[in-house]
Amino acid sequence: MRRARVAYGGAIHDAVEHATGLRLEDGRVLAEDSVVWLPPFEVGTVIALGLNYADHRKELSKEVTIAAHDEPLAFLKSPGALIGHRGQTRRPADATFMHYECELAVVIGRSAKNVVRADAMRYVAGYTVANDYAIRDYLENYYRPNLRVKNRDTCTVLGPWLVDAADVVDPHQLALRTLVNGTVTQQGNTRDLMTDIPGLIEYLSGFMTLAPGDVILTGTPEGVVNVNVGDEVVTEIERIGRLVNTIVGDELFGRA
Amino acid sequence: MFTVFESVARPHGAPVAIDAPVARWAALAVDPAGPAFMPPVRGTVYGTLLNHVDALAALGEQVEAAPYKAPPRAPVLYIKPRNTLAGHREPVVVPADVPEVEIGATLGIVIGTTACRVAEAEALSFVAGYTIVNDISIPHASFYRPSLRFKCRDGFCPIGPAVVARKMVSDPNSLEVAVGIDGETVRRSRTDRMIRPVARLLADVTEFMTLRPGDVLMVGVAAGAPRARAGQRVTVAIEGVGVLETPLVAADA
Repeated sequence: MRRARVAYGGAIHDAVEHATGLRLEDGRVLAEDSVVWLPPFEVGTVIALGLNYADHRKELSKEVTIAAHDEPLAFLKSPGALIGHRGQTRRPADATFMHYECELAVVIGRSAKNVVRADAMRYVAGYTVANDYAIRDYLENYYRPNLRVKNRDTCTVLGPWLVDAADVVDPHQLALRTLVNGTVTQQGNTRDLMTDIPGLIEYLSGFMTLAPGDVILTGTPEGVVNVNVGDEVVTEIERIGRLVNTIVGDELFGRA
Repeated sequence: MFTVFESVARPHGAPVAIDAPVARWAALAVDPAGPAFMPPVRGTVYGTLLNHVDALAALGEQVEAAPYKAPPRAPVLYIKPRNTLAGHREPVVVPADVPEVEIGATLGIVIGTTACRVAEAEALSFVAGYTIVNDISIPHASFYRPSLRFKCRDGFCPIGPAVVARKMVSDPNSLEVAVGIDGETVRRSRTDRMIRPVARLLADVTEFMTLRPGDVLMVGVAAGAPRARAGQRVTVAIEGVGVLETPLVAADA
């Protein structure tokens, strides 16, 4: 099952995929472009992984100090930064390097504390696609990656679908790619995750209780490039979904 | 909107006290036989570090050296996730592998109306009230890229006992913050020693990140945060806002 949350006709609805678009819980069948897409579930704690693909570590090596044996590099984001499929993300006029990050998002389905690796996949409700933007101009060396880089309004895109875990035979064999205005700029495969999904659940639940609706953004492979106002950015993951986002400028937000 | 007429507290086992006079919960909160409280808010809790003049000064010339390489420009922020929230008197487990934890006592600003790009002059009108936050950490030396393990353990963010309405706090930038351990005051600091006072902090944070009703933004912990261990009773008192009590307990064997 592929589930969504959308706004339509003056209310927020749960919806499922349909051959011609999507079907609301009340039976209405709608085209993809006739609804406003929201993040596909009620999002709790958002945990993001930095540098969880070896090639991306190398790509950022000039500003990175991390060794392979270190613990996973995890940081938190707030639900306030999230938007859904087909949304708009603001690029500040003074930014010189703003990039997308295509990531497999793992959604927790039940309370998880001190879960061992062998049991970890039983705690996964499903998967979705995340596009976790960063604006590197604002990087500072305190509590990296600082919230001004990584937790900006509109800069974390999630969706379109929450795909049930049972429908994804092997989440560690999924091709990821990003297209900017139709050109492929980033490619990878979840088989190259340095810490895999059960490893992340074991690590995180070892010190914090994960709850239903918490989500782990598992990191991005190499191939991050700058995006500009007007660009259409599509992050897609095999069998999970195709997440569309448009970069817009300050003027839409009433900023000179 | 998160509105507070006078104060909001949520004692366990008692009628939920919405917009109650402070006296309704204050007596319960200090009664040795009184109940524990639930956290008074349910939004996202954001921490602010190195906002206290003394806290930044304590880093000294380190700010110019690696890994920091420069003093902070924007507010230094982090998130305390929902698993960390604990109410007044709710016990907090000290992990078995650490001898003591750090007690980060600070004023919490509770947002009342959605705050996006607020001007400093109007910022306080977006505030519903104030609360007390005890931002517990496992002691760690570096602010560069601390592991979530240090700040995100279950219960590591006691908050409360109540949200006290903004109008009840005459000046949030002139309050004494006192930390007690087993009844003895071990640290006193003041909220008037901030690089960014409350209104300036709200303006700088909401420039890029919208704060929503019920969200909490910590003003910032002073230098020299005391440490405490399992078996001790920690209090954080802020004048006019209340006393937040946290029993620290050992992990089950």
